[in-house]
Parts: sequence; C-alpha cells; structure tokens
Amino acid sequence: MLLPRQTRLVLFLLSNLFFIPITFSLVEEQEQFTEELLLKPLPDRKVLSHFHFQSRAPPTASYGHHHRLFPKAIYQLVHKYRIREMELSFTQGRWNYERWGGFDPISSNNAKPPGVELWAVFDVPEHQVDAYWKNLTHTLSGLFCASINFLESSTTYAAPEWGFQPFTGSLRYGTLPREAVCTENLTPWLKLLPCRDKAGLSALLDRPSIYKGFYHSQQLHLISAEFKSGELDSGIILEQTLTVVLQPGAKRTGLAYFQPSWSMSSIFGRQITGKCVLAKSSNVFLQIDRDAVSELKDMWKEMSVNSDKMSKSLWSNPYFELSRAPDRIKEASSINSDSASILYEFFIQKCSKSESFDLGLTWKSSFVWSCPKAPLHATRFLMGSGNERGSIAISLRTTELNRRLMDADISEETCKLRVDIFQMVPWYVKVYYHTLLVFVDEKPQALTDVIERMHVSPSEDKVSPGLMELALKLPCGLNSAALTVEFSKGFLHIDEYPPDANQGFDIPSAVISFPRFNTRLHFPKDDSERSPVLSYTEVLLVPLTTPDFSMPYNVITITCTVFALYFGSLLNVLRRRVGEEERILKEKAANKKTGWISILLSKLFAKLRGRPSESPKSPASSSSLVSLKLLLKVVLVASVAVGWQIEFLELCGFERIDGEKFLDLPIEKVDMAALVSAGSEL
Amino acid sequence: TMSDPEILNKKNKKLDFWIWGIASIIFRIILIYFPKNLNLSSRPEVSTPLTNLRRLAEGYWLKQSSISPYAGSMYHGSPLLLSMLGPLTVKKIEGQPNNLLCSLIFVNADFVAALLIRATGHYLQTAYDRSLELLGISTPLGRSEALPSGEIAALVYLWNPLTIVTCLGSSTAPIENLVVILTLCGACAGLAPLAAFGWVMATHFSLYPVILIIPVVLLLGFGPDAPPRKLFIQKKFGKVGMDLSSDKSLKHKEVTTLRVSPMHFSWVNIFHFLFWACLWSIYVLLLCGISLKDYGGLSEMFRRTYGFILCVEDLSPNIGVLWYFFAEVFEFFRGFFLIVFHVNILFMILPLAIRLNHRPCFLAFVYVAISSMLKSYPSVGDAALYLGLLGLFVNELAGKLDILTNAGDMHFSFFLFCGYVGVFLLSPVMHNLWIWRGTGNANFYFATAITYACFQIILVVESVSAMLNHDRFLRKLSTTTTTTAGIS
Repeated sequence: MLLPRQTRLVLFLLSNLFFIPITFSLVEEQEQFTEELLLKPLPDRKVLSHFHFQSRAPPTASYGHHHRLFPKAIYQLVHKYRIREMELSFTQGRWNYERWGGFDPISSNNAKPPGVELWAVFDVPEHQVDAYWKNLTHTLSGLFCASINFLESSTTYAAPEWGFQPFTGSLRYGTLPREAVCTENLTPWLKLLPCRDKAGLSALLDRPSIYKGFYHSQQLHLISAEFKSGELDSGIILEQTLTVVLQPGAKRTGLAYFQPSWSMSSIFGRQITGKCVLAKSSNVFLQIDRDAVSELKDMWKEMSVNSDKMSKSLWSNPYFELSRAPDRIKEASSINSDSASILYEFFIQKCSKSESFDLGLTWKSSFVWSCPKAPLHATRFLMGSGNERGSIAISLRTTELNRRLMDADISEETCKLRVDIFQMVPWYVKVYYHTLLVFVDEKPQALTDVIERMHVSPSEDKVSPGLMELALKLPCGLNSAALTVEFSKGFLHIDEYPPDANQGFDIPSAVISFPRFNTRLHFPKDDSERSPVLSYTEVLLVPLTTPDFSMPYNVITITCTVFALYFGSLLNVLRRRVGEEERILKEKAANKKTGWISILLSKLFAKLRGRPSESPKSPASSSSLVSLKLLLKVVLVASVAVGWQIEFLELCGFERIDGEKFLDLPIEKVDMAALVSAGSEL
Repeated sequence: TMSDPEILNKKNKKLDFWIWGIASIIFRIILIYFPKNLNLSSRPEVSTPLTNLRRLAEGYWLKQSSISPYAGSMYHGSPLLLSMLGPLTVKKIEGQPNNLLCSLIFVNADFVAALLIRATGHYLQTAYDRSLELLGISTPLGRSEALPSGEIAALVYLWNPLTIVTCLGSSTAPIENLVVILTLCGACAGLAPLAAFGWVMATHFSLYPVILIIPVVLLLGFGPDAPPRKLFIQKKFGKVGMDLSSDKSLKHKEVTTLRVSPMHFSWVNIFHFLFWACLWSIYVLLLCGISLKDYGGLSEMFRRTYGFILCVEDLSPNIGVLWYFFAEVFEFFRGFFLIVFHVNILFMILPLAIRLNHRPCFLAFVYVAISSMLKSYPSVGDAALYLGLLGLFVNELAGKLDILTNAGDMHFSFFLFCGYVGVFLLSPVMHNLWIWRGTGNANFYFATAITYACFQIILVVESVSAMLNHDRFLRKLSTTTTTTAGIS
C-alpha cells in the first residue's frame, strides 16, 4: 500500500522493541499465551486500563487437534463455522473521543459502540455465508450468555462491501445497541483464559470496581489462517481485550486541580500476586503522553545523549513519581514529535506471593494535556420533530491534529482528506437516499465533487436493513463538513414492537474511518499490520408511533362491522324489487281462495320460523312454491346429513359388509373397557 | 330549431364552462407557487405509498445509480411512470418551486380529465335523450331544463377541493384518474382502441380498474346508459300489438330503434376491444420489460406493484381502514383477512353488473367508488374521481326528471356532504394529534377513517338505490305512455 508521505503517520513504534516478537519465530510451533496490562492516565482525571490476553494455537496441519492452552470452545467454533476473522465486543458506556483521544490504537480498535457488535469473515462460498452467520450467532449467544441470537434475523445484519473492512462478500456485520453487558458475559469470557481470573493480571478484575467505570468494553478478536490455502499458516490467534475507564478514588494529594494519584490497589481494589504461570510473558505498562509533561522531552533528549535509559529522573521527578522502578523505559515516537508518549514497562515475573505487585502514580504538580484526536471529530444526530419523518445528520468537525497536519501540507494544492462512512439503518427508518446532501464549511456541495465512491443497498421492509457506504474526499483546509439524509418512519405490526415500545428504536452507530491515517496496533507481533483510524458515532434513538396495543379485538370487530354494513346494505338495495312486490301484493288481493294444504304448510313454515302465521289467504301458487322449496331444502339437508353420518360411522371403525345394507363393527375394534365403563355409569 | 335567446343562452353556458375551467387551472398554478406546495405531499390523505412522488424520485435515483428501482421497499409504481416523471423530479429550475414540471403535468392531466368527463357527459346525455324519445316519454319539464351533466361533472371534478389537493400534493393519482376517465370516455364514444388503451394503462398503474372491463364491455356492446331494456321490448311489442296502421314517423322510429337499440349487443366492438386490449398490454409489458431488463424484469415488477397492493405490506396510516386492521390483527389471520377484504370487492361485481347492466357508465362509477373504499391504499384522489363521475348522473340522481314524484331523489345527500366535509376537516387534526403532538393515539385517526368508510358506503348504496328508483319511475312512465297510447 503506497501512502502519501505526509500521512504515513505512526504513533507507536512499540512492537518491534518487545522481546516477544523476537522469540516468536522460534516457538512458532508451540501454543502460547501472553498477558499484558496497559495503564494510562487520561486528561480528565480518569485512568484507562486495558487488559490484553493473547492465545495462539499453531496450525492444525502440523500440530493436531489437541490443545493445552488454547480454549477448545473457540477452536471448535473456528473449525465449525470456518471463520477467517471475527470480532465480538460487549460495551457499556460511550468512548469520549474528545477527551480520551481518537487517534491511538486503543481508541481506534477498542472504542466500540454500546451494546454488542459482531462481525465475522467466513471462508465459505458466498451463498452459504448467511447460514454460517446464523449458526454462529446462536453459538456465540450460548457461549457468552447474551442475546446475540437476535442478530440471526436478516433485518439486523448487513454485508458491507468496502466501507467497514476490506473483505467483500463474506463479511457480515451486526450490532445490538441495547444489549446490557454484565458479569454474566464476563465470566464466560474469563473462562477462555488458561488461568481464568485466579492468577496473573486477570486476578485484578474485581467485578464491582470494573463495572463502576465510565466505559467498559470487553472484546474477543479471532484471526485464523486455518483455511487459507497456499499461504503461510500461522494458526489461530485469539485476542481478548478488556478496556475500562475508571475514576481513581478520592485520594487527594493536596490541591484539587492536581491529577488524582492512584495505584492499582486503589482503582481495582486488588493487587497482582504473581503471573499466570502458563503465560509466556506477563507485563504491565504505564503510558504517559509526553504532552503531559513537557519537561520530559528535555530529559528524554538528555537521556538519548547519555544513553542512560534507566535514569531515575524519568520516573521520579518533580512532576510525578512511580511507586516502583520500571524495568524498561521506551519512547513511542511519531512524525510530529509533539504527540509522543513515554512507556514504562514492568515485568511481573519478578514478583511473588509474598511480595505483591502494586503500581502507583503520584502527581506532584498539576498538568493539563490532551490526547491525540482523529483528524475529524464525528457526531451524529437526528433532525426534525414528530413521528412521521426526520433526517439523520452526521457532522464532522476538524480537530487540532488535522489543523496541524494541514499547516504542514498547505503547500500542496490537491490535498484531499479521505473519509469513509459506513452506516446501517434498520428498515423502519426508510431513508430517501436521493435526498443526501453534503455541506462543506456550511456550504452545500455537488455530490459528484465530494463523493468519491458510494454504495447503497436500500432497506427492504421486514427483510433487510439499509446500508450506506460513502467515501468522501474533503478539502484539507476544511473546518466542518456535514451530511444529511432524510427518512420517513415506518409503521410496524403490533407484534414487532418491543415491550417498551414508547422508548424508541435504536439506529446503530455509524463508523467513520480515515483510511489514509494509520494507527499501529499496540501489541501485535507483526510489524506491518496497521489499521486505519476508526471512530464510532453515537447510537440514535428514534421514537416511532405506536398503535393502541389494547385494541386488536375492537379494531377487528369494528372493521368487520363496517364491511358487513357495506355488503348487507348494498345487497339489500340490489335485491329489492319494488315492482315485483307491488305485483305480488296485487295478486294476493286478487285471488283470495287458497288450497288447504298450502295453508297448512304455510302455518307450519311460520311455526318453524317462530313467527305467527301472516295471513291464511296467501296466494296458493307462491305459497306452494315456497313450501316445495322448503321441502326440497329439508330433504337435501337431511340427505347430506345422513350421507355424512354414514361416512362418519365408517370412519369410526364400522365396516360396510359387501352386498349388505348394514354397517358392522368388527368385535376386535370394540373398545371393551369403554363399553364396560359406560355400562357401569348407566 | 331553437329560438335565438336559447342559442345565446347555450353559448353563454359554454363560455361559462371555459371560464370556470381556466380559472381552476389558474387557481392551481397560484397554489403551486405557495411555499413547499403547502406541505400537501406529506399528508397521508393525499399521497399513498403507491402514488407518492417522493418515492418515485427515490426509485428514479436508485435506477440512475444502477440499482433496481424496486430495491428497498420505496417505489411501487409503474416503470413507465418512472421513466416519464423521473427525469422531471431531478430537474430543478432556479427560483421556481420544486417539482414544478411534475405539478404542471398533473394540472394538465386534471384539465384533460375534466374535458374527457365533459365529453362523456355529452355522449350520455344524447343517448339518454334519444332513449327517452324512443320510449315516448316526455319529461315533465322539457329537455332544455335538464342540467348539462357533462359540464357539471367536469366543473365538479375541476373545482373539487379533493382534486385540487391531489393535484398539488405531488401524487401520481391525477394520471391514474385520467386513464380511468379515458377508458370510460373511449367506451362511451365506442372507440374500442381508446377504451382498451385506457383500461390497460389504468390496470397497469393501479390494478383495481381491472374490474372496469365489465362496464367497458357493456358500454361497447350496448352503448351508453339507457333505461332498462325490458321497457324497449315492452314498447316494441306494445306498439306492434297496438296498431299496424300507425303513422310513418312512428315506423321510422321503429327502424332507428332497431339500429341503435340497446337490446342489440355488438360483438364486433367487443372483439375489437379485446384485440386492442391484448395489443396494448403486450406493448406495455414490452416497454416495462425493456426498462427493467437489467433488474429483475417483469416478475419483480408484478411482485413489487401488484403484490404490494394485494398484500398490504405498508402499514402507514391512510384514510382507509385496512392499515390499522393489519397492524393490529394477529399474524396467523392475516392471510385469511387479506382474502376476505379483496373478495369483498369481487363479490359485488356480479350482482351489480346484473342489476345495472343497462347503465354501464353508472356501473363503472359504482365500481370505482367501491374499489376506492375497499382498496388497500386509498387517497382522496380516488374520492375525487368518483365524485367527478357522480356529477355525470346528476339528472337521474337529483330527481330532476321526476320532480313531481321525487322518486329518484338521492337520500341523505346533504348529510353526506356534511359528512365528507367533516371527515376531511377532522382527519388532519387527528393525524396531527397522534403523529406530531403525541397527545392523541391511533384510534383517533382510525375513527375518522371508519367514519369516512361509512359515508362512502352510504353514498354508494344511496346512489345505487336512487338509480334503481329512477329506472322504476321510467318504467312507470313508459307503461303509462304505452297504455295511454294504446287507449288513444
């Protein structure tokens, strides 16, 4: 991938300095497990802790099916559903891109939309992908005690073409924004670790303290090369991460505007008592943005001159102090050296049960700094009122990073900022894609100027969600850009509303990515693996109109009454023959003599109808006709009844004996018990 | 020969019609220039999922971006309308309201439809006068007093607020109405190719006019509306039995009776009609097939248009009753009720055709009214159509002819008028309360829909009843004239 020089921007040059990747090639044929914990103070007095557990299984071809460390459930999952890559995240809370940063790998890879997000790439023919996805959702649902099986319905997942990940055809993406996340999801996740939460870094995971945080995201990322043919087989890599943003307790160090000092025991309520013995490595990192302590810059320069990498002034200086001496200190550099950071590394191998590991950070003076942000800050909101229509707006505002970059590249005329937008909307939000408008610096733009590429797959009622993938090329010097698209709200069947229908329905987060900006993964071994800067927008809540849920019977009866009214009255009008009636009346008046049989029949007829006989002098002709008709009808009904009865009796087990006119029930078919009981009853 | 003042009077009347017609067009154009077309296009009473121009624009956009126009349940109309109106929806003229070109087309459609109604009225009027003459019925008030039903109907159509609202509301209903009226006009004029074209297009656009084949066949076979055929037979036999040595004029009349007699069914016309209908439908399907050949073809078109109409997939509120019914009814009854409601339309076809076979144009009005009442996505445009057609029978229904007995007078007409006005005033209020303010609920709006359905039922039933009464009255008149003639 050839990237323009100015955007080939790498924040962290960490991975190639670790021991693990160096040793990796030697132990490739071994299962291995590593655990890492990154702690990072955030500008708004909070602490980010990011747990990262990696299990690696060698390829089945060379290693076989039995594993010592690698979780069997995941291995079977990969093989049964032929998964090439999969990511499942459970998130609660919203990542604050403004304060906690949007450019570093943690925010790009671990800031996830609220609820459950699942995407998977399958290594199966395209027509089977949906079936595999459905089965996968059910399996994951059982594995993680979550309602992931709701993603089975074709209205909840989509097949992005290029806007989300560069896999075509075999990728499926679905989210459940309203899924609540709790310990019941964490426990099965921990069970996949070889030491569970009994030893090692995971022992820190005290449920009350991690769930009281501001943001909580638990992830499972799977990469498998099992089914790739003709490529270097690297087995299955399972990465489990848990990202928590916590507020350190009120352990104040004098002034209120100081950053709060904290230690592991104060934020988690626990300490590390030793590494997980099955883990290949077990490290704790502390990352401090160098922005935070500008003084450190000079120190770092000094140090690089002196090549004294373990200078004490780096971890115990007039600004802050660490409670333990780090085992290693590194600087993560980037092209614009302003936003680098310093990484302190601690090896857990050394500590033992008697001497538990507890890292603390004490601030000695106050600092204000900010985390690196994505080039554009994205927010999404709804416009309009009422329950009939509205529009979705995505607003992109420039951040300092972009401004700084732009200042650097102002010389280049054709500078374009590429932004990819991936948005999935449920079918009941009926988007009019032809109303898409793009504004740059609050001026409307012609779509062809701004949109480089567009893929729309419109929603289909009760079948599939709408999908919009946009590649925008915006001018570099922009201040803001906005996209609006109008929609009208659908009306659902009474059964399709959730129990709390008036709460509204969620539109899943849109994904905004900046493909030209790369952020390097924090922990991987492979140096070349980069991922674009990615951010999620807010989940939108759309209120939909509700019918009256208590009304079905009323509506059915009222509507049917109206139809009956229509049918009956129209037929009555058509049937009425005033002239005939007059004629009959006249005839009645004319011939008064009537036969006695007809009188009798008419009386009988009247009695049958339950009405008094109208008049004894009804005309003979019509009366006899009526009675004849009546007789015919009675005979017809009776014959039908008799016929049916005989058929019924035959069905009941009676048999018609050939040549005879009687029905016979064979003795073996008689239920003697029933007869005896009937007799006793009598 | 008419006296001069009478001719002048007639000319004045004609002038009046043109003045009023053009005034209605100007009125429409003024309203088009109101900001945002008064937001009529978003009213559920005006535009349905089938006729909404916005959905058409979306379909056109999808087609332009080489996706099937039916992808995504947005557009459910005809591909021909899409290629006709689609390019106009994207054309924006600086300083002019959106969709100006489409609106102008709809105004034109309304005007042409009114002219066609007027022509139909003339055909009906002449046929009616002739048959009365044949029967020897002299109206108590004389011919000149009878209202010019065609012009009345045309003006009713043009000035009906429902038509105006439909025309401004960016819905394709004016075009659908136009082809229905074209069918009737063609059939009244005895032009089988025109009638076939109108019928095929109307069926293609909105499916329900398919039942109009019965009135069209009757119209082409028997000619326009006339008193019951029995009367002619009675008259003929009465005359034959009465007197052989009648004067020459009567004999001459006899001959004309035989020639244009409503008893004589002209099969040639029917075959013509069927042939042309086949030709036109093949042509339309061919065009549709060409325009959709890259995306799903005709099977998708039928599924997305007729399937959408028959399965009531969209449950958004409208002035019909089916949307709420299907939003509330239990899923396992859905199929059953779909059949019941559609069969309800079909059930009445035969009885009505038998009873009103001598009045095919009125029969067509009744069919249109019934289908607009029971169709899955009704709008006020349908009401505009049948109210316009109702104007054609103003002489019969208003009891103008039988003013002495008042037998044919339609009952409840004032009540119906008030009801329609009330419903169309209340319906937006209820919709606003439910959708926009959230202070009302769906039942409010559904109540107006139910009331509207009831008023339509009363209208249909009463008009049929009035027409049958009128026939009875004619029969009475005819028998009295024959008997008097016999006595004399």
